[in-house]
Amino acid sequence: MAFVNFTKTELKNLFKKPATEKYPEGPSTIKDATRGHVANNMDACVLCSVCQMRCPTGAITVDRKAQTWTIRPFSCIQCRRCVDNCPKKSLSMQKEYTEPDMTKSEQVYELSDKQKQFLAEQARQAAERAAAAMEAKKKAAEEKKAQAAANAESLTKPPVNDEKKADDKKEG
Amino acid sequence: MLENLEEIELVGLLNKIKEIKTDGWLVMQICATKIGENYELLYTFGKDYDVKHVKITVEPGVHVPSVTDIFPAAFLYENEIHDLFGIEVDGINHDYKGGLYRTATPAPFA
Amino acid sequence: MASKRSVIPFGPQHPVLPEPIHIDLVTEDEKVVEAIPSIGFVHRGLEHLVTKKDFGEMVYVAERICGICSFGHGYGYVNAIEHIMDIHPTDRARYVRTLLFELSRMHSHILWLGLMADAFGFESLFMETWKYREKVLDMLEAATGGRVIFSIIRIGGLRKDVPDDVLKGFLPELDNIVEGIKACEKSFLSDPAVLSRLKGVGYLSKEDAINLSCEGPMLRASGVAHDNRTRGYAAYDDVDFEIITSDEGDSYGRCYVRIQEIYQSADIIRQCIEKMPQEGIYVPIKGFPNGEYMTIIEQPRGGACYYVHASGKKFIERMRVRTPTFANIPALAKTLQGCDVADVPILVVTIDPCISCTER
Repeated sequence: MAFVNFTKTELKNLFKKPATEKYPEGPSTIKDATRGHVANNMDACVLCSVCQMRCPTGAITVDRKAQTWTIRPFSCIQCRRCVDNCPKKSLSMQKEYTEPDMTKSEQVYELSDKQKQFLAEQARQAAERAAAAMEAKKKAAEEKKAQAAANAESLTKPPVNDEKKADDKKEG
Repeated sequence: MLENLEEIELVGLLNKIKEIKTDGWLVMQICATKIGENYELLYTFGKDYDVKHVKITVEPGVHVPSVTDIFPAAFLYENEIHDLFGIEVDGINHDYKGGLYRTATPAPFA
Repeated sequence: MASKRSVIPFGPQHPVLPEPIHIDLVTEDEKVVEAIPSIGFVHRGLEHLVTKKDFGEMVYVAERICGICSFGHGYGYVNAIEHIMDIHPTDRARYVRTLLFELSRMHSHILWLGLMADAFGFESLFMETWKYREKVLDMLEAATGGRVIFSIIRIGGLRKDVPDDVLKGFLPELDNIVEGIKACEKSFLSDPAVLSRLKGVGYLSKEDAINLSCEGPMLRASGVAHDNRTRGYAAYDDVDFEIITSDEGDSYGRCYVRIQEIYQSADIIRQCIEKMPQEGIYVPIKGFPNGEYMTIIEQPRGGACYYVHASGKKFIERMRVRTPTFANIPALAKTLQGCDVADVPILVVTIDPCISCTER
């Protein structure tokens, strides 16, 4: 009888271990591939804001002035797009799901001191390089001017002035 | 790039669709697209695994005749077009009168 | 004595309904003489987002049209764009897509079996079937990292490869699930109490099914051999399967078709794992799509049309999704005519309604 059939299944189930997990009491099984939440390693982040641009929901905010990286976990859809596009591989996908919360909270990550120093050092070096380049360009322009003046004396031809163009390039 | 696409005038729509029905095609979907100021209405028909499209272009404010006399099951598509794009469709067999989608703004896709 | 007509509003909140659909049942005593369906409680305007998100990001939105056939929606959109841009994904991407598609189909059909058992009041059968659905979800999680939204598909291929050892691990799991469903099948298809709720309920003739433009298991249960997978998208050209039909035309037939399709999906997954090619998973794309295309695929609930109209810009002009439930609602109204009020919940469940995807 078909009726007896399911009774058999039910009786079997009575003596089997439960099919479910007692999750908050015990650990839940998480697969290797599970996408839980995004975390940032602030020892490697350079605040390039690629993740902010790539995030489809706009959950990530990068503040360069305050040197913080902020994620709103309740807007994040765990799509992995930021992790895949991170140039420094500082972002990673963790397996644990976002913890429930009473408010739509934000997680603010501050740059580690080491990384702050590193970025400051880089900025200083870049500024130095820029200043040096500026100096060199000025010198070159002056030389050109002098040469042009010398040429003008003999040829009366207007000099080619590309000083402004070079300046633009430097800022960008 | 749509295969089997035929672009026709609004005037010839009902005759064309009657012809399609007698050939044994069935309506698969009807949808509207806003292109600039005008709307394109795309009627898709299927027969086994073949697909055929008929496209008309209408200006805003123009009333479109309903095809539900020919294909009674098309009423949902026509109500949808009316609710989302604000195109008036005359003579639908089950006219929800703008009540199919309960949208906050009338004709949100227009 | 002449019987009086009365109108019973059914839904949008009803214990048997997984999603909000409202039906006005015009009844004469215990018989329904007319049913007027109405939807529109969960319209989210997702189609319109295509004009606000760039076409690559839109995949994530398309996936979120529905939680059960989410992979199919992502695939339908991506397939349309790939046709417009003339991109041919690699073989491995095609096979993995087919595999995930079939896993979603198994998930959807097993979920439906549970809902059906719930609709006719067999709670322990409902729990039993959902035990196996959980296993399918675990497989999907192991393959993609998500249980419901997979975020694995992208225009040009896949975002992440599924390792071969994970795929090999699916084989014993599949056997397990099929065995479990076989045990449940006996209750669905030969239990006298269940049969009395299914046999002859909601009969839809072959002619009506065709004329009302039915889709999917609803159509196949009425004896029409129509399955959009034979159009040969993804890797369906390379795997063997036969269209499952039933001549019953009633709720029993729909139950039968869906149960058989679970076995068939398991079989297609096995074939995919066996033939899985070793190749890249992604073809880089250039430029923006320009043109229009309509792709038709077989979702678990039936054929779904994805129409994309692009004009060579970052943002697409229009995406339109015609979901199978949208096509099946006229048939639902038809089958409800003349049924008993007590059978209405079962009939609503037999079309496997997915209202969120219908309204988008």
